[in-house]
Amino acid sequence: MTVRTYVRLFVAGFRRQSTYRLAAFGGLVANATFGLLKVALLFAAVRTSGGELAGYDVAMMSSYIWISQGLLGSINLSGRTDIADRIRTGDVAVDFLRPVDVHLASVATEVGRSVFALIPRGLPSVAIGAVVVGMAVPDHASAYVLGAVSLFLAIVVSATTVYLVGAAGFWLVETRGVAILYMVVSGFLAGLFVPIGLFPGWLHAVATATPFPSMMMYPVDILSGRVEGLASLGIVGLQLFWVGTTVAAGQLATRSGRRRLEVQGG
Amino acid sequence: MTDTIVETEALGRDFRVRDGLRRRTVVAVEELTVRIGAGEAVGYIGANGAGKSTTIKMLTGILVPTRGSVRTCGLQPVPDRKRLARQVGVVFGQRTQLWWDLPVRDSLRILAAIHSLGTTAERERTDELVERLELGEFLGTPVRQLSLGQRMRAEVAAALLHSPRLVILDEPTIGLDVLSKQRLREFLVAERRLHGTTLMLTTHDMGDVERLCDRILLADRGSLVFDGTLAGLSRTVGAERVLVVDLAEPTPDLDDVPDTRHLGSEGGGLRQRLGFDPDVTTAARVLAALSGRAELVDLAVEEPDVEEIVRRVYAARR
Repeated sequence: MTVRTYVRLFVAGFRRQSTYRLAAFGGLVANATFGLLKVALLFAAVRTSGGELAGYDVAMMSSYIWISQGLLGSINLSGRTDIADRIRTGDVAVDFLRPVDVHLASVATEVGRSVFALIPRGLPSVAIGAVVVGMAVPDHASAYVLGAVSLFLAIVVSATTVYLVGAAGFWLVETRGVAILYMVVSGFLAGLFVPIGLFPGWLHAVATATPFPSMMMYPVDILSGRVEGLASLGIVGLQLFWVGTTVAAGQLATRSGRRRLEVQGG
Repeated sequence: MTDTIVETEALGRDFRVRDGLRRRTVVAVEELTVRIGAGEAVGYIGANGAGKSTTIKMLTGILVPTRGSVRTCGLQPVPDRKRLARQVGVVFGQRTQLWWDLPVRDSLRILAAIHSLGTTAERERTDELVERLELGEFLGTPVRQLSLGQRMRAEVAAALLHSPRLVILDEPTIGLDVLSKQRLREFLVAERRLHGTTLMLTTHDMGDVERLCDRILLADRGSLVFDGTLAGLSRTVGAERVLVVDLAEPTPDLDDVPDTRHLGSEGGGLRQRLGFDPDVTTAARVLAALSGRAELVDLAVEEPDVEEIVRRVYAARR
């Protein structure tokens, strides 16, 4: 087992996603439309509270909106994955015939897919926001570097966490119910609808005890310049913690789930 | 004594299935004991539900056995799954191992990386497979746009890219036309001759068994009920062959040809079917006996198909 193998699988995911250009364009249109809707709602909220709401002014709110909208192509908030389908149909049998770690191979492919999606959906979304509405940016160049790292970790945490939903299929025949629950909870706690900084204290505590803010809120905080310096390093550390935790859980689930594998349909 | 590639001892697997509210246990494979040597070509046949696919999945480490022991290529399939995967290639006729939305070439490259093939090894083996399986014309086509025949050839290339010692094919020719089947079989025969590859295939197609296999395993609920050659199997079940003759003009039933049994006539005696036992007489002798009686336009010798043999074996056991 070599790193080259997983890099190749990452590239495979990237290339696969690149074949769906029309779908990417459709996704961008949807993201931009909802982005404008969020602009209307959240800007109104900021203005009615006197130009600042929980540390957000209009420019900062704009950054939050357009970066988070741009991440939607790369962060899995639907709970549905290839691996879930492959476990349900039994195609996962083919994965087990390869000299690779099925869990890490699946994550590598998913991360490749997500990184590609930044090109047709992430960058244009941010560009639309910058041109149409205007955005706040970090003061220091180092924030962009750390922001890029945080963004990549967000993509990884998303892939390793949503893998667990698919792995539930080793025990459940049908994981659609779990996926729907995931869809409802993950978007909300990741900070898709409003920044988690606007949550009441107890809900904020709940959110930070889950891996979801690591998928969206934290990289947005760094890239918009809302969190800076040592605090931003702390955020990246927290993301790393969630990568470690979810990878460990994924390894465990795959290992014990495999013993229950029944391979449906011949 | 040749190297042992597959060795099982009382290997079995049960499944728990939901039956309404209750759960019950279904025995897919009861107790399989078999040894397959290096370089053999084994046809594994049996009715649907005879446990063939389950057995294959236990041999390759996909499924965990409920009981018994199994060694494949000298390894324990479940704990040594990744090491075993480098020595085994599997083609599932009903599943794909190619990347659906990428060109065939990309799938082969990814698989080469997965199997850690060196650049030279990758190029040589890819070129060899592309040439012998005639993949050249559609190497750049996304897999989802391939015809079934093309896809199966690509699947075989994908399974054999890492030059496995053991190749397992689960219904490899299902749904293929005659020509595609023929090409695939020729390729497998050549692969075996060139590289000494061990073949194991499950099939419902008698042609696969005849052209590819020198040993037959017949399973019933995952227990072997026959292990030997095809000729031996035919003998066991008393499989008579059928000589079909088309005659120049309507002829009365040929029901008195020595050592044959008249099975039926069509078209007022234009086509007649005669059964004979290959151990008692030969097709040539039957023809000689016929030659004075009627003018032959065409003839064919039919052998019992896999389903028929399997049915007869099962019937004899119950």
